[in-house]
Amino acid sequence: MTGTWLGMPPFPEAARKALGDTQLRTNLRKATGTIRGKRAAVVAERADWEALRVAGKEIKDRTLHNLDTYLEQLERNVTAAGGVVHWARDAAEANRIVIDLVRAADADEVVKVKSMATQEIELNEALAEAGIAAYETDLAELIVQLGHDRPSHILVPAIHRNRAEIRDIFLREMPGVTEALTDDPAELAAAARAHLRRKFLTAKVAVSGANFAVADSGTLVVVESEGNGRMCLTLPEVLISVVGIEKLVPTWQDLEVMLQLLPRSSTGERMNPYTSTWTGVTPGDGPREFHLILLDNGRTDALADDIGRQALRCIRCSACLNVCPVYERTGGHAYGSVYPGPIGAILTPQLRGVTADEVSPTLPFASTLCGACYEVCPVLIDIPQALVHLRAKAVDAKRGKPSAERAAMRVAQWFFGSSRRLRVAQRLVATGGRVLSRRGRIGRLPGPLKGWSGARDTATPPRRTFRTWWESR
Amino acid sequence: MRVALFITCFNDTLFPATGQAVVRVLERLGHEVVFPPDQTCCGQMHFNTGYQRECVPLVRSFVDTFADADVVVAPSASCVGMVRDFHGRVAEVSGDRGLAAAVAETAPRVHEFTEFLVDIAGVTDVGAYFPHRVTYHPTCHGLRLLKLGDRPQALLRAVEGIDLVDLPDATECCGFGGTFAVKNSDVSVAMGTDKVARVLATGAEVLTAADNSCLMHVGGLLSRSKSSVRVMHLAEILAGERG
Amino acid sequence: MTAREEILGRIRSALSTVDKTETVVSRDYEQTIEGDLVELFAERVADYRATVVRTAADRLPEAIAEQLAHFGISSVVTPADLPAQWVPHADTDAPPLRVPALDATDGVVTACAVGIAETGTIVLDAGAGQGRRALTLVPDFHLCVVRADQIVGTVPEAIARLDGTRPLTWISGPSATSDIELNRVEGVHGPRILVVVIAGAPEEVPQATRMSSISTP
Repeated sequence: MTGTWLGMPPFPEAARKALGDTQLRTNLRKATGTIRGKRAAVVAERADWEALRVAGKEIKDRTLHNLDTYLEQLERNVTAAGGVVHWARDAAEANRIVIDLVRAADADEVVKVKSMATQEIELNEALAEAGIAAYETDLAELIVQLGHDRPSHILVPAIHRNRAEIRDIFLREMPGVTEALTDDPAELAAAARAHLRRKFLTAKVAVSGANFAVADSGTLVVVESEGNGRMCLTLPEVLISVVGIEKLVPTWQDLEVMLQLLPRSSTGERMNPYTSTWTGVTPGDGPREFHLILLDNGRTDALADDIGRQALRCIRCSACLNVCPVYERTGGHAYGSVYPGPIGAILTPQLRGVTADEVSPTLPFASTLCGACYEVCPVLIDIPQALVHLRAKAVDAKRGKPSAERAAMRVAQWFFGSSRRLRVAQRLVATGGRVLSRRGRIGRLPGPLKGWSGARDTATPPRRTFRTWWESR
Repeated sequence: MRVALFITCFNDTLFPATGQAVVRVLERLGHEVVFPPDQTCCGQMHFNTGYQRECVPLVRSFVDTFADADVVVAPSASCVGMVRDFHGRVAEVSGDRGLAAAVAETAPRVHEFTEFLVDIAGVTDVGAYFPHRVTYHPTCHGLRLLKLGDRPQALLRAVEGIDLVDLPDATECCGFGGTFAVKNSDVSVAMGTDKVARVLATGAEVLTAADNSCLMHVGGLLSRSKSSVRVMHLAEILAGERG
Repeated sequence: MTAREEILGRIRSALSTVDKTETVVSRDYEQTIEGDLVELFAERVADYRATVVRTAADRLPEAIAEQLAHFGISSVVTPADLPAQWVPHADTDAPPLRVPALDATDGVVTACAVGIAETGTIVLDAGAGQGRRALTLVPDFHLCVVRADQIVGTVPEAIARLDGTRPLTWISGPSATSDIELNRVEGVHGPRILVVVIAGAPEEVPQATRMSSISTP
């Protein structure tokens, strides 16, 4: 991790700040509400949706359980089709490979297709340090880049911005834009088209990610809406794709499942406007050079965890973000990572390590375990299960150091150890509760009970527990 | 039918009226209720907060306590979810095969109250009377872990005199989330505040659910905002009688 | 150790306790659909606010000409192997036009490889009458001819017909974005106008009929 996400505070702290931003909450409520409705409608159209989800899960499990085999197969097929395959252990190595390739092409700028992998490795920052300008071409990425902002959503990185804010950013940062620009989304899209047109037509090098990489054909797949992807994948002379090693599917046929699951889950469409597939290089059609960089960057650590591994099934659709009541209220920045929301809460601590920084150990706790995410996940990632598992990892990592929480948990465990002890605890609760109670209610309390009592009253604990009533019957 | 009641530590200590209501409904329907006195806690708080090791003795004690019961009923969707879906995982973490086998024996016999009534006792009309305007919040663990579906509403609809009104966006979490309510209290309160607004929009006198934990959270917010809306476990509505 | 060896080694050790027998993939989802596929295709393409026109095969040149006139497209480029009678006065992409020349062209007319009824998608595979990928990308207007017999019901049927090693472009409506408040608006970098002409058997559709249009809001 380099500069962008460095020093992010623990989730609760960042969330508190975000909750104070009423504009943010309005924007998020509107956007996630819209997309939830669209997704629900196109999913309801498919009587076989559950069968598709099961197939999606099984395809990705098959991939992960034999990942070494499929990676080697992919490498063979890409190479045979005229592509060059590189391997990168971590972000620094991947960035170095990209920089060397751009320099070899004698270029000082690149156009980019939206890609989570290159955000994760903070490629743009690394390129800038090497004197290479990176131009984001996806509309939302462009909004984030021009706004000197951070992405807050997997699919729509600028989801936290509404049309008026986007107009202001364009007005401020986009050369040639005048006050005549309105906040009509169609006009804003047209402004982005005009702004990027020349870049597309002249760029020598493009950098992309990939939604899928097919092992048995060596084919890469990019799923998009705007056509910026097609521009980047087709017009420049050199194409560099940075792809996480978990993005594979074993067979060409497997795409028939993924291409149905992804658009319905992400943008709520039967099919996204454009999907491009390419295999190596095709003479006379598209780039002359194709480089595939296979990225680990923590993925093999996640792969080694029996329960955590399922996070690698993720196809980055964002459905879990859009239904998450926590995400809807805090937005993505609070998660301190390019992967926000429920999937981020289980992916980030695994890619970085659960104790890597301030925010990572708090992410598995950034959920009520309500399960809405699991309900919509197109590849059946049991996010609540993984969250609870990672909570245990976070707790276990701190064993041996003093912790008030662990002390309290130990005390609770002791009291729950027998019904006799439980009765003692119950008497303490009843007595304590009556001491603190005013007019039948317990109001605001100091210390460790502040978090609970700051906004909630508690009814005075009754004198008689259930078991004393039962015994007196 | 002879039914072993798992009251849950939370209801035992803070909401005995719920347990009394469960007993009243079950006995009214002709079932025999027994209360194994050694019971304490299912371990949900420890498990969900990351203290899986600390959870092991609690699971052991649970399976010992209920080993002989044919049918166990608990008035808490989240505790039943813990027992049925996660006691197996705790046993796995402990590495104790005997415990794993005991869990596999016991866990499937544990039922949430409304699930027991509709699926096992085969009733939806329990002969209750409750002449009030009520709205029902399906708690997340009841909805998504236990998949209670329409069972609670079917029971409520059969109550004489009830005016049952739909809660808008009912399936959205209330924000309680166990220790989430403390660890992430700001988000928890923000979610709960939105839930409160929806409850108030229904004009209901009573908010009900199959879990007192969520009700304690939403009820605590309602009380702080000086609302007159009461929260009440569904069992207490089903226990209501004329006169 | 090279990065390649190291990553593969990490994977193997991560999977040391995993059962390596291939997970079976159950494919219990729909493979085909019933009903009038051409009708469904036309309806679903139109849902994306593309223009859909149905015509008898022997009236295809007239139907194309009508659409070009309707949208005011005066300069047209076509792949070199598109039947010449479809668009009599078009420039052909042979030798390949340079990008600025393509950018200066109003529109492109192509054939396609497959149409998918369920999703309203056309797929180009750089095969007969389709040309290279840049051709259907840079001009702002794309008219694509789909023969009725090229329309399949489902995505699985399309995947089975397509060769994964050819460069493919799947197109579902005109260029669009959902990046502003998650509402779909048409028109970003790809062609902002997409016209799909469905060519039936000569006796099937006696006259070109217009299904819908994006030109007026």
